[in-house]
Amino acid sequence: MSADTRTAQTLRLGAERGWREFRGLLASGNELFSAVVMSLAFVLVVFFQRNETLEDTGISTATAALPGIVAMMLVYNGLVGTATYLTTEREDGTLLRAKALPGGIASYLWGKTVFMLLNTLLSVVLVLVAGLLLFDGVADGLADGGPQMLGMMVLGLAACLPIGAILGTCFDNPRTAIGSLMIPFMGLTVISGVLMPVSWMPDWVQTLVQFTPLYWLGLGMRAAMLPDTMLALEIGGSWRVPETLGVLALWAVAGFALALVLLRRMTRTVNGATLDESRLKAMQRV
Amino acid sequence: MAVQNNLRRPSERPPEAPEREPAVDVRGLRMRYGTHDVLNGVDLRVEQGEVLVLLGPNGAGKTTTVEILEGFRGRSSGEVSVLGVDPDRGNEAWRARLGVVLQSWRDHAKWRVRELLAHFAAHYAPYGTPERPRPRDVDELLETVGLTEQADAKVGSLSGGQRRRMDVAVGIVGRPELLFLDEPTAGFDPVARRDFHALVQRLAGEEGTTILLTTHDLDEAEKLADRILILSGGTIVAGGSPAALAAQLESDAEVRWTHRGERQVTFTPDGTGFARKLFERHGEEIEDLQVRRPGLEEVYLEMVRLHESGRAEEAAGSIPLRRQQ
Repeated sequence: MSADTRTAQTLRLGAERGWREFRGLLASGNELFSAVVMSLAFVLVVFFQRNETLEDTGISTATAALPGIVAMMLVYNGLVGTATYLTTEREDGTLLRAKALPGGIASYLWGKTVFMLLNTLLSVVLVLVAGLLLFDGVADGLADGGPQMLGMMVLGLAACLPIGAILGTCFDNPRTAIGSLMIPFMGLTVISGVLMPVSWMPDWVQTLVQFTPLYWLGLGMRAAMLPDTMLALEIGGSWRVPETLGVLALWAVAGFALALVLLRRMTRTVNGATLDESRLKAMQRV
Repeated sequence: MAVQNNLRRPSERPPEAPEREPAVDVRGLRMRYGTHDVLNGVDLRVEQGEVLVLLGPNGAGKTTTVEILEGFRGRSSGEVSVLGVDPDRGNEAWRARLGVVLQSWRDHAKWRVRELLAHFAAHYAPYGTPERPRPRDVDELLETVGLTEQADAKVGSLSGGQRRRMDVAVGIVGRPELLFLDEPTAGFDPVARRDFHALVQRLAGEEGTTILLTTHDLDEAEKLADRILILSGGTIVAGGSPAALAAQLESDAEVRWTHRGERQVTFTPDGTGFARKLFERHGEEIEDLQVRRPGLEEVYLEMVRLHESGRAEEAAGSIPLRRQQ
């Protein structure tokens, strides 16, 4: 069989897997509910500030925060979500099953990517619809910067999914994964300029956050959706579009390369004995 | 398991040809974790079309052996060939010729049974050959393992027994040439167990599938095996067809007697003949005569007992004969 047909087969089977799992999420009350709550919680937080104006920009605090919330949902899903799914499915035997099939690991990983794309799209759509209904100026922002925002979404996920996969290989089980990742993630959202302008942060924090994809993705989303009157609140008073593209692309490429190596190593160590061990541990905790 | 009769395929089980390449060939397989040796030089050979049962107590190294053959874990040393390929270097086409029955836990809980089986089946489609069409027809397979009624049920809603049947279906959906079954009937009730045995016999008989099955249950081994290998303390300590193995392990009878108040013991292949000579020579001076033949079961149970008390090496040495067929 040629490599082309094999790739086509992997893409098709992965798409099937991703779609089926996404449909499963929509059909399951619990998971859909938590996706909705997670997406709308932050919208609700800024909802109470919808009548306040951010400094002298003429933009309501809520509207100004919305692009950051979109960026946060992307990073949360791409990073914490991916890591959690990966550790869960290594523990419950999904990955071992994939390993027993010809081309199974490839179709599994592509399937997971498709699933995370759909999953993230759902979160973003929820945030945007809520924003459109509740806040002024969101419709204008989307009309102007919709395509740019879509591009940012794709780039942002490309940057975050590999990091999520890398983190997913670092934890033994989903409970420690989510426990270890949530606190740093929450901390990061506070300092990265997605919930409040990064220019309010001390200088050293501003320097620090410029190493994270979350800051740049948030910046990219604001560049797409907010008017230039908001520039006063950004580092250097500029949207820094080329830098944004460059940093996110760098994260994507480096992350992808490292993720491939680590995933290969991780799948090599998946076997029945490690599965039994983790099953036993999980049972003890339940 | 309501086993249906639809696993036939056109080509017959190939005739016996001893010089044919074995399905599995293992020499000097060793596995060491830190300072602990799990496998100490295992040699085993599975001929094409054969049902080989690897019998041994828990902790004997059965799962480790099978997972090395499946390509799921590396090995410390030794030569391993599975369908002519070293599992460490097996590609996807090699993988497509193997079937692995895994014990599922809670994976794919939200998938429907037929949906999941069809998804897995599609992975084998590029690897079909005229004599071994891949994958199997999913609906026929569901019928074979008795899950037709559960075809649209969620995997997570299946009972334990149904789930295990689905595991078997997943293992054979690619019409494997070599099927691995690691402790397949653990947790089965007697009916499910009997049905499962019938399915294994059908796979081996009508499809000529080579099967390597592990179990710690002697009855199961005797029922299914063309050949049994007993694994203990990380080595193969005895092997042969169930009948040959029983004969081999029974060959030394233990004879105990008292002669003029002195207790004597000897081991001999012909206990009855020995006793007859004893009486001919000493007549009534012989008292307390006992002839004991430790059978396969007794030998095996003794081995398990030693194993469970943590004396694995002694257990390996407790097998009276190390001859291998």
